[in-house]
Amino acid sequence: MLVLEQLSKTYEGARRRSVLHGIDLHLAAGEYIAVMGESGIGKSTLLNLIAGLDRPDAGRILLDGVDLTGLDDDALTQLRRASMGFVFQAFHILPYLSLAQNVALPLILNHVDEDEAAARTHAMLAAVGLEGREESMPRELSGGELQRVAIARALVHQPKLLLADEPTGNLDPESAAQVLSLLREQVKTRKAGCILVTHSQAAAATADRIVILTAQGMGAPV
Amino acid sequence: MQAAAVPARSSLRLSRPALFLAPLAQHKGRLAVSVLAIALGVALGYAVQLINAVALNEFSQAVRSIAGEADLEIRGPRAGFDELLYPRIARLPQVAVASPVLDANAKLPGRQEALRVLGIDAFRAARVQPALIGDARGDTLELLRGDALFLSPAAADWLGVKAGDRLAVQVGLSEVNLRVAGLLRGGGRERLGVMDIAAAQKLLQRLGSISRIDVRARPGADLGDLQARIQSILPPGVMVERAQGEAARNAELSRSYRVNLNVLALVALFTGGFLVFSAQALSVVRRRAQLALLRVLGLTRGALLRLLLAEGALIGAIGAAIGLIAGYLMAAAVLQRFGADLGAGEFRGLHPDLHAEPWASLLFFALGVLVAVAGSLTAALEAARAAPAQALKAGDEQTAFARLRPVWPGISLIALGAICTMPGPVGGIPLFGYVAIALLLVGTLALMPRLAGGVFGLLPRPRGAGAQLALAQLRGAPGQAAVSLAAIVASFSLMVAMAIMVASFRVSLDDWLDRVLPADLYLRTGLRGETAFLSPPEEARIAQLPGVRRAEFLRIQKFMLQAARPPVTLLARTLPADNPGRGLPLVGASLLPQPGAPPPLWASEAMVDLYGYAVGQVVELPLAGESRRFTVAGIWRDYARQHGSVIIERERYAALSGDRNSNDAALYLAPGASPDAIEAAIRTALPGGANLEFGSPGEIRARSLRIFDRTFAVTYALEAVAVVIGLFGLSSSFGTLVLARSREFGMLRHVGMTRRQIGAMLAAEGALVSALGLALGLALGWVISLVLIHVVNRQSFHWSMELHSPWGLLALLAAALLVFATLTALASGRRALGVDVVRAVREDW
Ligand SMILES: Nc1ncnc2c1ncn2[C@@H]1O[C@H](COP(=O)(O)OP(=O)(O)OP(=O)(O)O)[C@@H](O)[C@H]1O
Ligand SMILES: [Mg+2]
Repeated sequence: MLVLEQLSKTYEGARRRSVLHGIDLHLAAGEYIAVMGESGIGKSTLLNLIAGLDRPDAGRILLDGVDLTGLDDDALTQLRRASMGFVFQAFHILPYLSLAQNVALPLILNHVDEDEAAARTHAMLAAVGLEGREESMPRELSGGELQRVAIARALVHQPKLLLADEPTGNLDPESAAQVLSLLREQVKTRKAGCILVTHSQAAAATADRIVILTAQGMGAPV
Repeated sequence: MQAAAVPARSSLRLSRPALFLAPLAQHKGRLAVSVLAIALGVALGYAVQLINAVALNEFSQAVRSIAGEADLEIRGPRAGFDELLYPRIARLPQVAVASPVLDANAKLPGRQEALRVLGIDAFRAARVQPALIGDARGDTLELLRGDALFLSPAAADWLGVKAGDRLAVQVGLSEVNLRVAGLLRGGGRERLGVMDIAAAQKLLQRLGSISRIDVRARPGADLGDLQARIQSILPPGVMVERAQGEAARNAELSRSYRVNLNVLALVALFTGGFLVFSAQALSVVRRRAQLALLRVLGLTRGALLRLLLAEGALIGAIGAAIGLIAGYLMAAAVLQRFGADLGAGEFRGLHPDLHAEPWASLLFFALGVLVAVAGSLTAALEAARAAPAQALKAGDEQTAFARLRPVWPGISLIALGAICTMPGPVGGIPLFGYVAIALLLVGTLALMPRLAGGVFGLLPRPRGAGAQLALAQLRGAPGQAAVSLAAIVASFSLMVAMAIMVASFRVSLDDWLDRVLPADLYLRTGLRGETAFLSPPEEARIAQLPGVRRAEFLRIQKFMLQAARPPVTLLARTLPADNPGRGLPLVGASLLPQPGAPPPLWASEAMVDLYGYAVGQVVELPLAGESRRFTVAGIWRDYARQHGSVIIERERYAALSGDRNSNDAALYLAPGASPDAIEAAIRTALPGGANLEFGSPGEIRARSLRIFDRTFAVTYALEAVAVVIGLFGLSSSFGTLVLARSREFGMLRHVGMTRRQIGAMLAAEGALVSALGLALGLALGWVISLVLIHVVNRQSFHWSMELHSPWGLLALLAAALLVFATLTALASGRRALGVDVVRAVREDW
């Protein structure tokens, strides 16, 4: 489903920095992989490239055969809106919206009918264990709960691909374990592909397979 | 069971508008301030517009009823022209009917304001100006009786008289009694009296003279042709123009003043837009990560831009709606209290009626929305352009508005502004001058981030952790500092510019009054009436009174140089024979004509601007139906008249025109003579002397300055509103900035900074930013005041003035603003510190 071919990225500017060289990767539909690598190696950069939030200097990114590097910003945005979901280390839940409104955000951006959106939001919140808290505001939640809201938001519009950048980085081990099992369960029931970036062996172990990002390129763990 | 658990859709509020309105509801305070700022600006602009419309409407209505159904009007000097012209016009084949009119503002004993009296030929006027015919109730002969005066309802009201009462009119110094015969059939709302033309000529001592001929052409006649034909037989100084010309000229009379008021009101609106700018800019900085998240989740760049602009439009629409209502109420209150002239002294004797015109309301509504949207534009573009992945990272808001840093747009705007000070007025309005001020202001504001970065970079490292952190923050986020800075610079520079301009004007006026009031005692026959005068025997009586060392008399007349312009004032004065220009407030070089050259004339600055007069030039003036040549011997400053005036020697004027009367006198007293005693002596020595007005130079000066201050009171009020809006902007921008940093403060508290230290840091930031802003505002304001003085004022009123800066006042204002800004920063800090320290760090926002 997702194919990366010889992807390279260099940050231009006053302090030029070459980050990724010749990255190749295949992700089958519904496959769940973990990406590991030392800090600063370019994992977040890689996710940004796949999401179309940044542009590679060389190489191709194919999503179901469509080359993302050939699309303009609006087309990328629409693709992201329809086919991708995101979970961040820092949660990024909008503080002025209720939980339901936060979760429904992708549906609303995709112009899903309001009743339908309400039903799917409700079901999604129930699936992440936050049933009945639709009207709560984000400040009333713990970190682990907030990340569950983020997972609900990432999957509510049934994307093909979920990108998670250290989703458990801000959580205690117990919450982390809960969130990861929830993430895997939801990704698998909804048949979404998933790329999980993590520093944690335990987190990586929940994936179908693990790839290591090094300065030389992408590889299987040794 | 499952279905029942789905919450009702209304409680979830999942519609797009609901989601996008949610952040606005979060910042009701900021929103309210922006809305209020727009509302104030719109209200002021709309009120001024409504009042202007009322005044002009009244005017043209009054003129229409007087000019009636005439096609062409023939007019000359206010003193009138030879009535023998009338039969020559009436006999022209294309003329259907010609109606002669004698038009004079009659002095009423004991009243400041004059009554406009028209002498008409009732039978001809009936076919051209039916509204001017008196309602004689069956006795048509009444229209011709010598003492019968018909009043417009407004005049009868004003004078408190009714049919059958008697009314005294002053001619020369004596009083003539007229009988109020009834009311006019029409006459609109102008204060007006109408009588038979022959009777009026006799009564007003204007035998053989008329002031106007209204002409109706035969159907099918070519008006342009007829106009040219008539002009060819008119003597110099008498002109023919299309009817309604008077309305246009009268509108011209006060146009500069009105346009200035409108512009000031728009300045208030502009500062309102500016406040929206700073509020939206800071809101975008504050919501940077949130907006980036929306982009990541799939909101396109264009949609985000539209979203933020829609926010601006919403603010504008609410503000404008409130502003329209407030403006209407304001206009009604002002009209009630001051009348349509806003205290400027024009439009006397009109009773206004307020109407909200749909197009004007729409225009100001649109202006309010437009200004708010424009204010949001920079912020919206900034947010839409930010790279979403980057903007999600903490600390990225420091780079916000960094894009504003290039210098060339600011520099080129300022350069363009400088160029815009060169061209002349457009249709009598200093359009380019206003544009120049706007460009200078916007250009300087555009340079603000760069200036802020430069100045804060140069400052030495302060002692104390708080001050060091403050400086580091200002250096790290010059874009944010620039937003607060801009609020201060914009409002303070406008304040400084106005203060310098008004001070310069007032001091120059004061000096001028000194120059033009050298005598010990002044007397005049009346300010506005044209029928009162001093005759030569009366002059002689005054001059020969014991105690009067010297008496100089002045004759004031008005004549037309160009049909499209208001009349020019002619001042015929007794001048010292050895050096006639000595007592005049001359500006620039002067000369005396060579022997054999035409006699000298001293022209006011307006003559230079409006008619291109220059020293040494030979010009022609129409005097008593003849064109006379004069040499411009000097240019003088005339703060009393803005449509042009010329001074010539009294003896020469009398010889050329045969008019030996005068209106004013300046008396130099013998040592020891008391002005009061002389005044009493004149009042008793002259029959009708009680009707004279006396004034000492001190009184006249005080009165003039009082009028000046009253005229500028409106200006001050509008200016004050602009400043208040600017201060609003300042405190709201500080508040938002500081609040946005509550996480930072939480962290600083965690690492051991005391509240006091954080307070010191914020106070230092506030003081640094405002000190820089005030310094820049002072410099910019000084430059803008030069544009106001040398371009806007000169082109509007044709007055030059010397620059006088009220430094003491400005220093006081600056100090007050500095204290205000520092306190604001402290107060916002107190609020930000009130946020729970633990939550501040844990929460992402
Ligand atoms: N905007 C930028 N400009 C310049 N260099 C950047 C920029 N963003 C990231 N980098 C650099 O690119 C490299 C890769 O960054 P990236 O955020 O992808 O690392 P990462 O693998 O996600 O690290 P971590 O595990 O710490 O999150 C880093 O060395 C970083 O310094
Ligand atoms: Mg990373």
